[in-house]
Amino acid sequence: MNKTVTNATEAIKGINDNMVFAFGGFGLCGIPENSISALVKSGVKGLTCISNNAGVDDFGIGLMLHQRQVKKMISSYVGENAEFERQLLSGELLVDLIPQGTLATRLMAAGYGMPAIFTPAGVGTEVAEGKEVRTFNGKEYLMEYAFDVDFAFVKAWKGDTQGNLIFRKTSRNFNPLVAMAGKITIAEVEELVPAGELDPDHIHIPGIYVHRIFQGVDYEKRIEQRTLTPRA
Amino acid sequence: MLDKTGIAKRIAQEVKDGSYVNLGIGIPTLVANYIPQGMNVVLQSENGLLGIGPFPFDGEEDPDLINAGKQTITTIPGSAFFDSALSFGMIRAGKVDLTILGAMEVSENGDIANWKIPGKMVKGMGGAMDLVASAKHIIVAMQHVNKAGESKLLPKCDLPITGLRCVKKIVTELAVLDVLPDGGFKLIERAPGVSVEQIKNATAGKLIIEGDIPEMIL
Repeated sequence: MNKTVTNATEAIKGINDNMVFAFGGFGLCGIPENSISALVKSGVKGLTCISNNAGVDDFGIGLMLHQRQVKKMISSYVGENAEFERQLLSGELLVDLIPQGTLATRLMAAGYGMPAIFTPAGVGTEVAEGKEVRTFNGKEYLMEYAFDVDFAFVKAWKGDTQGNLIFRKTSRNFNPLVAMAGKITIAEVEELVPAGELDPDHIHIPGIYVHRIFQGVDYEKRIEQRTLTPRA
Repeated sequence: MLDKTGIAKRIAQEVKDGSYVNLGIGIPTLVANYIPQGMNVVLQSENGLLGIGPFPFDGEEDPDLINAGKQTITTIPGSAFFDSALSFGMIRAGKVDLTILGAMEVSENGDIANWKIPGKMVKGMGGAMDLVASAKHIIVAMQHVNKAGESKLLPKCDLPITGLRCVKKIVTELAVLDVLPDGGFKLIERAPGVSVEQIKNATAGKLIIEGDIPEMIL
């Protein structure tokens, strides 16, 4: 089944205002740069965006925030972004902060066809407000629902025309989970190869979860905290 | 009194051979520098890595290889990558032996507050709530008092809670303290040059002192 499209502009066809989007990446590591650029150009707005972080002022989801395309962010950590802070404090932007493992597992649940999960993260905190608490083996857990994602955007290292994906190092992070969660999942890859070139044993996400795949271009791969060991 | 490096050195003494450890941002990250050579300790980074290596040399940094503080890092022989759900799966399942993290406040029954100050910009809890809810052993690295000189070891946390009854041990610039299962901060060691009286004055929560309290050896 050939999932290939030519570029990000073609890949994002069907997006609409007020949809729920999910994005792979941790900080700026492994973010779908090409899809984000296309979304910025598209002018789509009123979005709910599920992403561990919200980018920085001039890169990643920060670019969409700058265009006021985002109505609500669902994230675990949103530092490093002055425009985000301004919109939040002025009430233009809603933000739902949730524990990182809860975020990951709610995406996973969507891809596993499970309506909800139980996690101890947030028990006894404001995260628990309004949520069902269940006790298993003497320990309390919160019930958290699977996400319902219209479009999912991920970045992989290699992919094939069938949509099979392989991620690289810690740029894997949320990408496989976001890929599994989308009603429509769009994957951009650094290297797109014909079906048969990837070893089936090495595939991280099978193409059944991926609806459109394209060869990405001009990756910037910005580093947030360049930290070095001095040479002796 | 200890500086940040001293706190990290003292906590490193708590790390056991053959353990999997998650280090938080700040002082906890420094602990890695003082784990004795030859000890087999695997560091977990919750963005999807077991086996964190040192920071890379200039020119060898890889944008696809970072830690949970978004710093460039390296791998070591035996490292493994995985996704964020698996990462928190191993945390939730109690596979990670020790979590070391910072705190704004700890209460005498082990509650921790470290993610939110009302009225200030909230950046989020990241993985802290997941870690404190599931870790088998939690050591907190923190300052004993805040900038206004008020104790951060309290009968009850004033700030929004990150997790309940989870902190087992605290290392501050003044002391090492165990949080007892029935409540209370049990004084274990004094920092070099610090008196029991100083620690008493800096601790608002219930402080338990039994016998002579030794000075820590770094």
